[in-house]
This record gives sequence, C-alpha cells and structure tokens, in this order.
Amino acid sequence: MKLIFEKSRPGRTAFSLPRHDLPAPQMPESLRRERPPRLPELAEPEIVRHFTELSTRNYGVDTGFYPLGSCTMKHNPRVNERVAALQGFRDLHPNQVEEGAQGALELMWRLQEILAEIAGLDAVSLQPAAGSQGELTGLMLMRAYFEDRGETRRKVFIPDTAHGTNPASVTMAGYEVVGVSTDPRGNVDLDELRAKVDEETVGLMLTNPSTLGLFDEGIEEIQRIFHDAGALLYYDGANLNAVCGISRPGDMGFDVVHFNLHKTFSQPHGGGGPGGGPIAVRSNLEPYLPVPTVARDGDRFRWHDARPKSIGRVRAFGGPFGVFVRSYAYLRAYGPQLREMSETAVLNANYLLARLRDDYELPYDRLCMHEFVVSARALKREHGVTALDVAKRLIDHGFHPPTVYFPLVVPEALMIEPTETEAKETLDAFADAMADIAREAVDDPEALKHAPTNAVVGRLDEVKAARRVVVRYGFEEHPDLGGEASEPVTADAPKGV
Amino acid sequence: MAAEESYPADLRYHREHDWARIEGDEATLGITWFAADALGDIVHFEAPDEGSTATKDASYGEVESVKAVSDVIAPLSGEIVAVNQAVVSAPETINEDPYGDGWLVRIRLADPSEADALLDVVAYRKVLDEQ
Amino acid sequence: MSAARYLSLTAADREEMLAAIGVEQVTGLFEQVPRGVRLGRELDLEPALSEQEIVDHLSALAGRNVGTERELSFLGGGIYDHYVPAIVDMVLSRGELLTAYTPYQPEVSQGVLQAIFEYQTVICELTGMDVSNASGYDGTTVAADAAFIARHATGRTKVVLAETLNPQARQVVKTYAPGFGLEVVEVPHDGGVIDPDRLAAASVGAAAVFFQQPNFFGCLEPAPELASAAAEAGALPVAHVDPLSLGLLEAPGNYGAAIAIGEGQGAGNHMSFGGPHYGFLAARADLIRRMPGRIVGETTDVQGRRGYVLTLQTREQHIRREKATSNITTNQTLLALGGLVYLSWLGPQGLRELGETCMGLVQYARHRLGHPLAFPDQATFKEIAIRVGRPARDVIAAARERGVNPGYALGRDYEGMDDVLLVCVTEKRSPGDIDRLAEVLEDVA
Repeated sequence: MKLIFEKSRPGRTAFSLPRHDLPAPQMPESLRRERPPRLPELAEPEIVRHFTELSTRNYGVDTGFYPLGSCTMKHNPRVNERVAALQGFRDLHPNQVEEGAQGALELMWRLQEILAEIAGLDAVSLQPAAGSQGELTGLMLMRAYFEDRGETRRKVFIPDTAHGTNPASVTMAGYEVVGVSTDPRGNVDLDELRAKVDEETVGLMLTNPSTLGLFDEGIEEIQRIFHDAGALLYYDGANLNAVCGISRPGDMGFDVVHFNLHKTFSQPHGGGGPGGGPIAVRSNLEPYLPVPTVARDGDRFRWHDARPKSIGRVRAFGGPFGVFVRSYAYLRAYGPQLREMSETAVLNANYLLARLRDDYELPYDRLCMHEFVVSARALKREHGVTALDVAKRLIDHGFHPPTVYFPLVVPEALMIEPTETEAKETLDAFADAMADIAREAVDDPEALKHAPTNAVVGRLDEVKAARRVVVRYGFEEHPDLGGEASEPVTADAPKGV
Repeated sequence: MAAEESYPADLRYHREHDWARIEGDEATLGITWFAADALGDIVHFEAPDEGSTATKDASYGEVESVKAVSDVIAPLSGEIVAVNQAVVSAPETINEDPYGDGWLVRIRLADPSEADALLDVVAYRKVLDEQ
Repeated sequence: MSAARYLSLTAADREEMLAAIGVEQVTGLFEQVPRGVRLGRELDLEPALSEQEIVDHLSALAGRNVGTERELSFLGGGIYDHYVPAIVDMVLSRGELLTAYTPYQPEVSQGVLQAIFEYQTVICELTGMDVSNASGYDGTTVAADAAFIARHATGRTKVVLAETLNPQARQVVKTYAPGFGLEVVEVPHDGGVIDPDRLAAASVGAAAVFFQQPNFFGCLEPAPELASAAAEAGALPVAHVDPLSLGLLEAPGNYGAAIAIGEGQGAGNHMSFGGPHYGFLAARADLIRRMPGRIVGETTDVQGRRGYVLTLQTREQHIRREKATSNITTNQTLLALGGLVYLSWLGPQGLRELGETCMGLVQYARHRLGHPLAFPDQATFKEIAIRVGRPARDVIAAARERGVNPGYALGRDYEGMDDVLLVCVTEKRSPGDIDRLAEVLEDVA
C-alpha cells in the first residue's frame, strides 16, 4: 500500500478556512520559515480512502477475538463514544472557570468516589495519563512520604513476573530495584522477602493477580512483612479486571494503586493509547497527591490544589477527561454489580484454560484468575515450533495472538486473557484453533514457520529494521512522488539531507 | 552468514563469554561465539569512547539483538585505545567473525598480571558445558 | 443481570463451562483469594443504569458546562479552540483502529504501524528534526521526557527553563526532576521574551535549555538566538513549539534545536476539558537511542513487500527494564492519528493560511481592543496579553455574564500580572467576534 506522501500531488487541497479580509500579518523576517513542510497534498476523497484502507489492514476488538494477556482487550461500548462527544464535554476548554465547568467537575468527583470504593482506599487523583505514569506517581508519593518523615530509603522490591514498566518507573523515581523470585506455586517467595526487606526498603510493587494470572495466596503475609518494616505497598492495577467487587487492593493491604481505565474500564485502546492511570491512596499518602484533584462543597464542585506537600503536577490540567467520561459511563452501566464483570472474566479464562491444558504445558497448575500462561516449551523441544510460530498461525485462523514471551519466568510463554465479553463459541473456536496448531506442530512443523500466510504481509524482518533505521519517509528518493518506495533516508544520515 | 562454533586456543577467556587477545602491553577484546549465538542477530554495538577506561569484570559497552540487550564485560582493565568502527556500522560482523573482524575494542593494559585470572580454552569450554 | 449487555454468556453456557472446569459455582474459582482479603459485600455504588439512562445522565452533566458552543470564548493558554474537520472524527471512529492496541503483532497491525510512520514523518517535516517517536502523553510530559534524554546524553545535572515556557510544562519538569537527579533553574523574561544573553549566562553547565515559540504570552521569542546561546554552553536546546505556527515560523531543526516538543491538541484534537491529547517529541538523529516510547520503522516481509514494525525496542521498558529510556508504554496513538489526519487535511498551504489567519486576527485584536498591551514591543502569533486595569478574574466574571469569556488570567501563573488577560484568537473567531469582545471589555474593564 502506498504511503500518503506517495499519493500527494502539488496544489491539491482538502482544507477550507473562513476568509476575514484582514491585512496580511506583519512578522519579523528573521523568524519566517524558509521552506514549507512537505505535508501531504490530497483532496478529501483520497484522504478518506487512504485511512479507510489503513483501517482494513488492522485488527481490533471490533474485528475479532483479541486475547492479549494483561491488556484486557474487552468490548468497548459505543454509548461511551456518544457521551464523550457531547458538546458540553468535547468543546469545553480546560481553562474554563469553575462556574462554567460544574458538570465536568462533578463527573470527575463522582469518578474519584467510585474508584476509591473499588480500591478500598481513601483518596484519588485522576491526573496520571496512563498506567506507567500512575506507577511513577505512586513512587513519587512514597518518596515524598518518607522524605517528610526524615527517612532515607531507596530499595523497591519487584517480583520477576512484573511488567517492565515497574523497574523503569523505579529508576525514574530515583530508586533502586531489588528483584524477588516466584515460588513453585507461582506466589512471591516469602522467605526471600523475609531475608531482604529491611529499614532501607521503600516498598513492593505487585501485580495481583500476577502476570501468571494467579492471585498471590501469601498476600496477607506479604503486607505484614513490608508494613512491619515501615515500608509501603504499591498495587499495579493492570490486572484489576480479575477482582473488582471481589477483593479490594486496600483490603489486601496496599497503600497506593493505579487503575488502567483503558483496560479495566473500557476506554478503547486506540491502537496504543490513550489510556488513563488514576491512582488511589490510603489517607497517610493523601497530602502528597498531585494537584489538582476535584473537591465538593455542598452542591458546588471545585479544583482542589491547596496541598502544600503535593509532589506537584504530573500532567496538564486534571487528566485525560474524555477517558473519564467513557469510564464513568461504563461504571454506571454496572453499578454495584461490577463483580459480575470480574466473575465472568475469571470464568472465561478458566474455561479456556480447561480447553487448552491437554495440548499445551501449564507451568503452574492451578485455577487461574482472569488470564493464564501456557508454554510452548514442549513443542519447541520436540518439533522446533516456538511460541512465536503458534502466535503467527493464530492469525491465519482469524484471531489476534496472545501476549508471547512474557512473563519472562516462563519459557516460550503464551499469555492469554479472554476477558468477560467473549461468547463461549468464540472461546471454543479459539481452543479448536490452538489444538489444530498443536497437531500441525507434530505433522508439519515447517508449515508453521511460514505463518501467517493470509495476512496483508508475511513475517517482517525486524533485524533489518533495527540495523538500517528508517523511521520517516524519504522524500528525496521520490522526486516524482510516484510508485512504491525504494530506499528512504536513514535516521543516521547527516542532517539536512 | 553466522560463523560455525569455535573457541580459538590462542585467546584468553572470561566466564561472562568475552575473549582477549593479548599482544604485549595491549589486548584486543570481543565476545565469544557462544555469546553471539545466544543473542542471535546482533543489530547494535553501543561502543565506549576512545580514551575511556575499561575495568576488569565491569561492563564497557552493550550489544543488542532485536529483543535483548547484553552488557559486554571487560576481561582485563585498561584504557580504550581503539573502537572497531566496522562493527559499529555493521554489527552483524560480530555474528559472522566473532574472533576476527568482529573484535570490539583494543585496550592498553593497566595491569598485565590480571591476565593470570583468565581462563584458557579448556577451562572456558568447561564453563560452557555447565550452562 | 445488570450489564449483561456487555457479557455474552447464557445461563446454560455458564453451567457447561463450570462443568468443564470442574467447579460447581463461580465462587469456587476464587478459592485462591484468602478469605481475609475478600470484600464479602456488594460494592457501595449507585444503581446500574440502562444505556438510555446513561445518555440522559451524562447529557445533564454536559449541559452544566459552558463550552465554546455556548459562549464566545477567547480562552487559550496551551489548549486551543481550532476547528476539527469531520474527517478526523470519521477516521478515529473506525473500529479496527479505535479498538486495537499497541501493534506488537505487525502482520495484523499494518494500519496503525503505517499511520504512525506517516505521523513520525509529518512531525519531522513540521519541526525540521530527524526522528520522532509515536507520541507522548501531552505537551507537558514530553518536556520531562526531553529533560531525561538530556540528563543522560550530557551527563549534566541541571536544566534551564525559560519562564515563558508553559507553566504546567515547567511544573511537570519540576515534579520529575528530583527522581532524575536534576536541578531546575528558571530564567525570567524581559518585556515578554527571553534575553539571549541572560539565557546564555544561565546555560553554563546545563544539560538542556527549554524555551517556547511562540511563548506562553503568545510572543515570538528570538528562538534562533536562544538555541545558539544554549548550544554554545554545550546544553541541548529544546524548543517547545505550536505545531500550527510552523507554516509561518521557522522549524526548530533549522535553527539548531536538538529536541523539538509540543502539545498536539490544536492540530486535530477536541479540547475535551484537557485531554486526551498528544504530545510530540522529535530529535536529532544522534539522540535516537535515547528517545522514549514507541518508534515505528520500515522494513520488508519474507516476500520483499514493504511493511512496518516497532523498532529499536531495546530502548524500552519491556526489554531494558530499569535501564530503559522511559517507563512509557501506552501512549496517545489515536490522538496522534487525529493529528496526522488533520495535517493531511490542512496540507502545506492550509498550514500557512491558518497561521496567517490567526496572526491577522491577533493583529486586528491588537488595534481593536482599547486596553494597553502588557508587552507592546513584541509580535505575537495568536494570543495577546492586555492590561485590564483591575483583577482579570473579576473582568472574566463580569464579561461571562454577557456571554463572552474574554481569556485567561495570567495572574494564576505569574506574580504581578493580576490585571493581565491573555486573549486568544483562532480561525474560529471573526473580526466581528473581536468587535464584540472590545465592546464588552469597554463596559466591564
């Protein structure tokens, strides 16, 4: 498919602007742009076709089953899009005075209250833009808390099953990572914690259920170990979809939690974002929350930024408001029955696990929560077929592949999260496809190496992409703006070419 | 084309899969076939600056595949007097010729006696057998 | 069942599935959750609503906001009321794009991957830089990202922020700075813009020097001289730019910026009370391995067909973990896609004409509004700061009673500017609208 730049023709336009018949503006010549940017030049019909064609070369939850582990690819209700587009929300300037934004502030206040109840914690900041920023914000709160108490601590514990965002966030917060192992049942190794946690310990970052899809059975002891050392517990909410209304992070002993509004509460993932990463905290951390939050005085709602001990601001304005509208609408659809969402997610995952266990190795043989991890290790050992081969063949069966090669503690991992919104027929069809692939691995392993065969492209050469870095279109090589690309400029090329 | 597995007898080895070719008061350093093979197709060598110092048992650079990063450990200490620019621009050379054109840096030895602690090929092969 | 509309299992399905698992009831699946941490009651939330009730309830909330459809607004200050063409909303509602996630599996994600590649190209063209990432959260967090790049690229431990840089961007950098091991120094303005000599003095030993063009007051900074001052001190010059100014104003890459960042909202996103929007970050080629977040690269498939993949992933958290260039994973792809569609709609000619329209309107406002300018010597792009002779917040309240929101009170961020109003005009305002503003301001200020 051509790039939009290859469809461009000089002088073709799509825009229209109002004409005001004003004199040409004066500006300092020293600041004037010399050469215009080479933006695409197309009329509206071709723009619409270009992006429509792009969409046909993409797979979303609307297309089909998307069991990408730890990403919670559930159905995105369309009423959420309708209400987010209401003019009173969509066309509201964030610098509007409070009197002119009472409905928006009330929505944010209500969302704060709902999230506090789901977390079992006391106060909420909606500001963080995504889960990883929520993590970093939580760590900054811990840092502010200990500094306020005159304590210098620096070690943050992270299990070997954690998402990579956890250790990266720890570094960005200026702390050090201490790794913790997983025990044979898939829980955090308690003996190791007891041996390592000390007065230098800031806390633990835990995803519960873990990326193995297992609820940590030792959670009560974990929280005692850390709290006895004066340390704090951070709950990574990536897997909250398993436990809403069943077990609350606050009741598990966590002091800070982030939510992923794009995972648990149905903000569409948008091809990679936007997300929303609100955090909830216990009251001892509330003084340090980012500003502003939203407060209520009787019938009136206002920005609350009078927090002298606040860590400051982590993002512009009050947060990604459009995401709040969607998640609030979603939460109001469930109300107190939110538990049914998590129960069904866990039921679907366990059913799929039961259907797959004969064909794939199960490294931790327990009931799972909302997701589970199987291993293609035996297929690799006996037939040379890897987790990646299995993933690519699933594309030929019409499914999006699961997360592969994660968590790192499981070799040849396939991490599968069906979510609550899938029908039993879909789960059965996926299980049948997985069984077919396991058979094919025995009968014709070579064929799997060529998968996918019915996608718009075959396997792509990632080594070439990394060695010969081409990250923008090479206009210079296409003076006629014509046919298919040859060799665009590389990122390593000298400036000014 | 990746090289066949080999471990030349004239090199000294570090158990983190690095080699040294000692020539007078200088040494050429690189990574072993085993390390290159474990990474797969190497796409980048993050080289140190010439004139900086390599410290025995510490990292002096990184080699990367598409999905992994690996520290390169110095088997010996010394000032880095040359970086193999051919490898910087064509990192696949490490896979193709890990002991020849795929060398990484040359150092001026700080303490030639450090070499006594390195492994010979027999000892290094024993390390590999334990992997 | 309340929200059964979002669940697809029948009662019979549930029975069959539980039997296949080998448990009698759904509660049996939760035995692994220790009893001591189970909730044991229903969540204390308001009752569930039907779809129609949700629309009614949220419409009522939306109705208690006064958006730009209900008052004549001159609000700016970082977020701008530019027109969003219909094709942007059309493209962003395509389910295959809207409901996909990060393109980890390129064979089924060529649509998003190619779109990001095109977005990266457009951002590089606008800014004159070599490489762009796939987006950051917003125009403030990309400033923190740039500080992190500079910290590691230079090994230095100080960043310099022009006081005319967006106050929220400065606040975000200050929030992140302690964790990065960075000290933050701010340089005051002289008459609405930064003096290059003063900046040069502050830049000694700095990792990065941040300035904004046009700046938060709307004024045009001597950006090339600011970039030179920073570069001569060995600091990375970081330019925070309005993408819609770049049809008229020189691109940061052409006056020596090492990193160009900015808020993308005005280019293709609705204001939406502050988000979600996209922040853009583009840099010189030599900084590519220090860039945060996703980057898409071109390659070929097994048959030699052109295709796109996430590339240089060893920078990122899922591989490099605690040594990563950032913790970002989810970004703002959909909003960046909105930016790509918008900038394709605008094209080079539209970008220039839009800039001329905004500048023409602000020039009209300059002459039409009767109040003195706070910075009379400076040219501005689409905003002007005027002194209204009494607290700006009182003027705003009084003007709003007449259906006009006259702007942003700069005293919220700057000492000694309580009587200064920042008035913004985009192409959505007309000379007649500015006449109306002038009348109202004459009455109330």
